Amino acid sequence: MSKVEFNKETGPREVFCGLTSIVWLHRRMPDAFFLVVGSRTCAHLIQSAAGVMIFAEPRFGTAILEEKDLAGLADAHEELDRVVNDLIARRPEIKTLFLVGSCPSEVIKLDLATVAEKLNKRFLGQVRFVNYSGSGIETTFTQGEDGALKALIPLMESSDEEKLLLVGTLANNVEDRFKKIFKNLGILNIESFPPRQSTELPKIGKNTKVLLTQPYLSDTVRDLKHRGCEIISAPFPLGIEGSSEWFLAGARAFKISEFKVHEIITPLINRAKIALESHKEILKGKRLFLLPESQLEISLARFLHNECEMNLIEVGTPYLNKDLMKEEINLLPDNTKIVEGQHVEKQLDRVRESNPDLVVCGMGLANPLEAEGISTKWSIEMVFSPIHGIDQAADLAGLFSKPLRRNQILTSKTLVTH
Amino acid sequence: MELTLWTYEGPPHVGAMRIASSMKDIHYVLHAPQGDTYADLLFTMIERRGQRPPVTYTTFQARDLGGDTAELVKKNIKEAVERFKPKTLLVGESCTAELIQDQPGALAKGMGFDMPIVNLELPAYSKKENWGASETFYQLTRTLLKEKVSSSEKISPQRWKELGRRPKVNILGPSLLGFRCRDDVIEIQRILSEQGIDTNVVAPLGASPEDIERLLDAEINICLYKEIAEASCEWLRRNFGMAYTSTIPIGIKNTIEFINEVHNKLDLPMTNKEELEHKSKLPWYSKSVDSNYLTGKRVFIFGDGTHAITAAKIAKEELGFEVVGLGTYSREMARQVRATAKDLNLEALITNNYLEVEDAMKITAPELVLGTQMERHSAKRLGIPCAVISTPMHVQDVPARYSPQMGWEGANVIFDDWVHPLMMGLEEHLIDMFKHDFEFVDGHQSHLGHTSTSSEECLKSDVKKEKNNKEEIIWTESGRAELTKVPFFVRGKVKTNTEKYAIMKGIPEINDETLYDAKAYFN
Repeated sequence: MSKVEFNKETGPREVFCGLTSIVWLHRRMPDAFFLVVGSRTCAHLIQSAAGVMIFAEPRFGTAILEEKDLAGLADAHEELDRVVNDLIARRPEIKTLFLVGSCPSEVIKLDLATVAEKLNKRFLGQVRFVNYSGSGIETTFTQGEDGALKALIPLMESSDEEKLLLVGTLANNVEDRFKKIFKNLGILNIESFPPRQSTELPKIGKNTKVLLTQPYLSDTVRDLKHRGCEIISAPFPLGIEGSSEWFLAGARAFKISEFKVHEIITPLINRAKIALESHKEILKGKRLFLLPESQLEISLARFLHNECEMNLIEVGTPYLNKDLMKEEINLLPDNTKIVEGQHVEKQLDRVRESNPDLVVCGMGLANPLEAEGISTKWSIEMVFSPIHGIDQAADLAGLFSKPLRRNQILTSKTLVTH
Repeated sequence: MELTLWTYEGPPHVGAMRIASSMKDIHYVLHAPQGDTYADLLFTMIERRGQRPPVTYTTFQARDLGGDTAELVKKNIKEAVERFKPKTLLVGESCTAELIQDQPGALAKGMGFDMPIVNLELPAYSKKENWGASETFYQLTRTLLKEKVSSSEKISPQRWKELGRRPKVNILGPSLLGFRCRDDVIEIQRILSEQGIDTNVVAPLGASPEDIERLLDAEINICLYKEIAEASCEWLRRNFGMAYTSTIPIGIKNTIEFINEVHNKLDLPMTNKEELEHKSKLPWYSKSVDSNYLTGKRVFIFGDGTHAITAAKIAKEELGFEVVGLGTYSREMARQVRATAKDLNLEALITNNYLEVEDAMKITAPELVLGTQMERHSAKRLGIPCAVISTPMHVQDVPARYSPQMGWEGANVIFDDWVHPLMMGLEEHLIDMFKHDFEFVDGHQSHLGHTSTSSEECLKSDVKKEKNNKEEIIWTESGRAELTKVPFFVRGKVKTNTEKYAIMKGIPEINDETLYDAKAYFN
């Protein structure tokens, strides 16, 4: 690991908080409701990040704290009770209700665990309540999913049945592809966490072999280990290389020969390489700067360097779990500069000094950088698009080649005047 | 505690950001956790701004709470001042920081800077975005002008005569994330300039702290958006005697009244009164025969105070619509909206809950909705045409073309934007004439793609309703046949009216004659 340069930075940050992950979690589990206990800021954040208006009645909302709730905590608990009752009366189809803590609810120490426990007794057999924190004083963006999954683990029954458990939200079509490929390899018992229905939680135990699909699940991994699960060490299934290694690691854990894996994935790899070619042509030799946001940055950097031949200037990440990222870091080129944390002003100074061809950043920064003549790709798209797996490698590369291609089109003169 | 699935307004510190981002040479240090940085995207994505908002977030974390968050605030203020060199500094906190009570404003004032510092206290648990914007603009104006309060004589609106120059006015209220503010300012300046009136300062949009200090060079203030500027206008009136306008120049009648009001205040004679009627195409377009079909169209209005009230006036007096619902999410303007609603024999809907607005829309069954982007979505679900007249902002509300709401061009824009979602008059007339022709099949839609209620669906839902209501209403063969002959876009209304009539008259079976009886009754 010594070949990579690790840096830490502190200062003002420009990142989403964990509440944002509700935007994809509620789509994954359509029978669940996410109730943020927070402020108008929380409500405004989620609707701004998600473009919520397309939903008639979204499966998430905010119990907005008001002055009278802050005056006495007992009142706040009663008020929350009332809001939950109203909500369940209005939405009887809800099977699981996540009480999601926020910055203000954490600061006033609103005890959502106790509230959830009480509600669980009252709505026994009808709705299950779990709680976690998506607050920005503790979590960044994707860490919200980590919290939500961790909160579900105590509800998962034990079973010593041997199975492969894919952990981390995936697009449904990608999940289906993965399951099909593993089945072809001979692994028949495969489940996903989070499941597509909140009530269909997988059973776990000492013969559960966990393959992570997302790199931001530190707490979930820890608790799964406590339940006896085996965590398979692998890079993440982004790009051809990462996905291949990921399939190989999964197969190894089930004592399936490497030969068999190659037999099945080689045609996929060959196909994907052809598809990747046109994107590589654009990305090759271009200089990339990744600002911290989703914790996917290290895997993306690995893919964009190793498979698309981009040069890495700086790889930002909001949080670095060296243990979980071990396999990824091993695949990075020598002297890669990883920066954990952020001082957004100093980082932007470095962006301008290094004059990159492409910057991966949050939505707040994209247009200002474009206005300075720097091409950008907003990172939030990474968590909404199906980008995992060998088959999606070209689509993943396409997310990065598109802004560059567009720039080329808009700055070139291709049609003559007749 | 209030359950909110979606909110019309953000928190008050977002209002403060609107003021800071609208202006030049200002920086806002906001004591807030990292998630609050989402607000930048409102400006960079929705308004497509090429600059970041001038805001430094302290982004304190849980681990900082045990230590010294006050030191963190000071460090961020120091860095922000060194880096951005603002001429005026705003300091405040968001909802979470309000709870930990570091008093960042007081900390900033103790740091020995020589620039003016505005300490913003915006109660996040009781107030909202527009209030925050208004309060910020007021505190900023007050801070920059308070030294002049005692020394100044009251400003006479007629002072321009003594000074021997054209009268000067300030245009106050336009800001980023305000509905069409960018273009309203241009339109209003153009109108004033035609009347021989100069603009002294436009604020907050595009103004610097120096511009705020120059506000007193004008004779009167134009209060363009009460939500943002009324508090400041009132303070300037109390302390410097500066009069301010109360008419919002949206619509032809209001624009003319606005011009009159400005002239009266300045004691400036009007020279071109007769011309004014012809400055916009709206009066003639509204009078032309094609617009006959607009008469009595039922319209439901919901938006911020300024736009809802003016929309009601235009709808009723300039387009000949019937206003069947009026409401606002601006609690600060509830009184005015209620008064307007009363004039229309309506009860105003004052709410921040979009589901209540949707319910009100269902009950009043309008033919056109004038609302926010949220009402556009609700109206779409209900199959009702809609035009957007108010914030909250959506990327579509920042069009590339010149597209004001105020003044003459604003009235043109409004005519097009409100009338185009409706089926064109001639088109409606033709459909009515040819509705019995075989080419006229169910599901025929105008190019605008309104959802139609097919006759089958119509009757299916009817059966369900019968069961639910236990109202024993039966549609006979002839009744059903007649109902399918009614054009799809009014079929739902005809059906409801006929059933209502049947219940009222105690008619158990609806046949073709009942339909005509009901039609005659409701006409």
